[in-house]
Amino acid sequence: MNARLPLPAWAEIVLLPLVNIALAFITVGIIVRVIGVDPLHALELLVVGAFGSPESIGYTLYYATNFIFTGLAVSIAFHGGLFNIGGEGQAYIGGLGCGLAVLAFDRYLPIWLMIPVGIAAAALFGAAWAAVPAWLQAWRGSHIVITTIMFNFVAAALMVYLMVNVLIAPDSMTPQSRGFAPSAFMPAMGGNALNLSLALALVCCVGVWVFLWHTPWGYALRTMGHNPEAAVYAGTDLRRMTMLAMCLSGALAGLVGVNELMGVHHRIVLDFPAGYGFAGIAVSLMGRNHPFGIVLAAVLFGALQQGGAELSFDIPDITREMVVVIQGLVILFCGALVHLPRPWLQTLLALRRPS
Amino acid sequence: MTAAIELEQIDKSFGSVHAVRGVSLAIEKGAITGIIGENGAGKSTLMSILYGLYHADAGTIRVDGQPVRMESPHHAIAHGIGMVHQHFMLIDSFTVLENVVLGAEGGPLLARGTSAAQAELERLERDYGLSVDPDALVAELSVGEQQRVEILKVLFRGARILILDEPSAVLTPQETDQLFRILATLKARGVTIVLITHKLREIMAATDRVYVMRQGEMVAERATAETNPEELAELMVGRKVRLQLDKAPPHPGEVRLGAERLGLVDRRGVRLLDDINLDLRAGEIVGIAGVSGNGQTELLQVLSGIRPPSTGTLTVCGRRVDASHPGDPAEMRDLGVAHVPEDRLRQGMVAAFRASETAILGYHEQSQFSRNFLLRQPAVGAYCARLMERFDVRPRVPGLRSSSFSGGNQQKLVLAREMVQEPKVLLVGQPTRGVDIGAIEFIHRELVRSRDVGCAVLVVSVELDEILSLADRILVMFAGRIVGEVAAGADERTLGLMMAGAKTSPASPFRPKTESGSSGRKRKRGKRARKEKRRGGKR
Repeated sequence: MNARLPLPAWAEIVLLPLVNIALAFITVGIIVRVIGVDPLHALELLVVGAFGSPESIGYTLYYATNFIFTGLAVSIAFHGGLFNIGGEGQAYIGGLGCGLAVLAFDRYLPIWLMIPVGIAAAALFGAAWAAVPAWLQAWRGSHIVITTIMFNFVAAALMVYLMVNVLIAPDSMTPQSRGFAPSAFMPAMGGNALNLSLALALVCCVGVWVFLWHTPWGYALRTMGHNPEAAVYAGTDLRRMTMLAMCLSGALAGLVGVNELMGVHHRIVLDFPAGYGFAGIAVSLMGRNHPFGIVLAAVLFGALQQGGAELSFDIPDITREMVVVIQGLVILFCGALVHLPRPWLQTLLALRRPS
Repeated sequence: MTAAIELEQIDKSFGSVHAVRGVSLAIEKGAITGIIGENGAGKSTLMSILYGLYHADAGTIRVDGQPVRMESPHHAIAHGIGMVHQHFMLIDSFTVLENVVLGAEGGPLLARGTSAAQAELERLERDYGLSVDPDALVAELSVGEQQRVEILKVLFRGARILILDEPSAVLTPQETDQLFRILATLKARGVTIVLITHKLREIMAATDRVYVMRQGEMVAERATAETNPEELAELMVGRKVRLQLDKAPPHPGEVRLGAERLGLVDRRGVRLLDDINLDLRAGEIVGIAGVSGNGQTELLQVLSGIRPPSTGTLTVCGRRVDASHPGDPAEMRDLGVAHVPEDRLRQGMVAAFRASETAILGYHEQSQFSRNFLLRQPAVGAYCARLMERFDVRPRVPGLRSSSFSGGNQQKLVLAREMVQEPKVLLVGQPTRGVDIGAIEFIHRELVRSRDVGCAVLVVSVELDEILSLADRILVMFAGRIVGEVAAGADERTLGLMMAGAKTSPASPFRPKTESGSSGRKRKRGKRARKEKRRGGKR
């Protein structure tokens, strides 16, 4: 047994994730081979499907937008030592808030006012949905992991009830609201689903980065995450800081509603979060909880989503479920097994170094 | 002399750090050999090589004259070498017996192994006088008893050579004395003991022969009887060290911090602090002596605003704090109360943060560090560099992770942070715990200097020597109460008896106890168990 040196920063940030991705793709390749498809051909289709044309790039980035929001949401809570599993529900309720604001005002407000109001409502509702588990954690000691998971189910049930009984359009057979007026359409970027929400997501990245590393509150938040006792010693009120962290987290998750409803569906629909909230955990882990890393991870996940859809379309043997398996493997290697190759890299780099 | 172990020209590097440079030593059979040196001198690395945790880059190890290769701790154990680590490797929720058997169960059925182990434990107890109840839960044992379990574990595996790495780091003075009595018994039974420490007093009290290490090299070897603390200190540090502190008589001024009938009761109704009365004046150092776990931690928490008192009042620079008007640490800091916490890693700093971030902990909202809602990173870095310059923190790299600094340098950084603010009241818990001799000298001088410019200083320490040399007045705590006050220069024996709750001044009908008091101990157990759990959970 030899004492291993920690990896240098460049290896930690660049090399390790690349090795993780490579491992995931090798495993995927083996599985694809087993079902009788040439892995290199499949890979080519996947990459072309994700980045081959302006349109496919647009879709990739549109998916990535959602992953950025939920990834940031997970990371900001994580820096405060809180594991927010409730991104899914917060995104859902954030969408509800966004939709309600639009349904209430879209006939009266011009677009330059309607969109900020929609964004604010999404953030507010997402934050409010996260605030309840945060309050339960801060004042009653209920574990945030448990309560946020349960709040996902509550959110889903609430949305079904509202869509079926309250918000359904009068002449509609499907549970969806009336269409938004064009004043509530998020301006598109290019011809397809990609819209200005991507810019909002990038602004949020910068905002989170500034908040965490360049404000006293971000400093206090990170102190709480690393060492709650030191935070108390420093005079931080842990309850209020828990509330702050979770509300910011919920607000970021809620913005998924802006991209989905104001950007694409242009009405309130069911099930639009479609797992983005959960994938946010993997995005955040893979991006090392850093906004910059989260953008990269989100683009990878967006590409898998988009390229995977193309892949199953082109090769009938690779079903929709198979694509989910591929995504699952990437999450497995980049999220859960993120530290697997570390000892190998450490040994490798130690060999290189003169002792 | 017959050598149990000989190390010859041992060399070990970690990357660019040359941790051990050509060290040779011989450990005499049936004797207690001390290895002393400052933190980072290479003592622990050397012993880890002997124990098979690290491989030496060069050099030979001989056990009983035979060259051996220590591939892993299994080899070391097979050669009869056992190691007691600084941090206990015990499972809190297991009994003593279960912990001892762990890893040596002797087959798939536990019952057979444990009954054999029970018999073996009884033999060890008979032979070595190491008494611990085998059915007690480890979580319920005092720290000293837990250490005894660690020693039993090692002996149970047949060790004849015992390595103890900083064994007293977690012990009270009384428990340390007990440990040394145990070591003396073991030695009388023929066990060879290696004691690694940076405390001169322990070397002088316990060892037969001492090796001094400095910066990875073995710089001296002495028979303990033929050396003295001053010489050893000089050898360790590489320059003359003054072990005695020079200070002028104090000039006490107005009362800066007053506690009146202060009490603290925890959620379960246990009385942690009881009827505490104290006045802390400008320009004096008041020392709080006591066996750890007798309320000193809680006293510091209440005085610094971390916990509100349950009863009584606290007056800090004119502000009254009581149960219905609690203060908080931020407010106390604004009033001019600085607090150097007892456990710097757990409270005083964030190990994962850069040194510059640790340097503003608690002061991060001051306008010199944040403007327009933004932290001024350049100002923070420059401030940290100034602190490091002024308090000689090494290396002077504000961007380095706080955990990369040695204990002494971490402590100097925390002290610098609190003292540079020129506080009116300075609360200091265990100012030199885990700190090298060279840094201790510096820290003590800085505390006295702080006093001399009119700061009111309260020092809590379990090191009696430290209290005796620093304090102008000494208060002794026992079981959550202040049981007496003595002037500076009181004799150690009187203080020791008061700390054990056997004596109060003025004389009062206090039940005498032979060992440290049971109530103080019980509380410490619970606290320690919680602490261990928390730490365990973080890893």
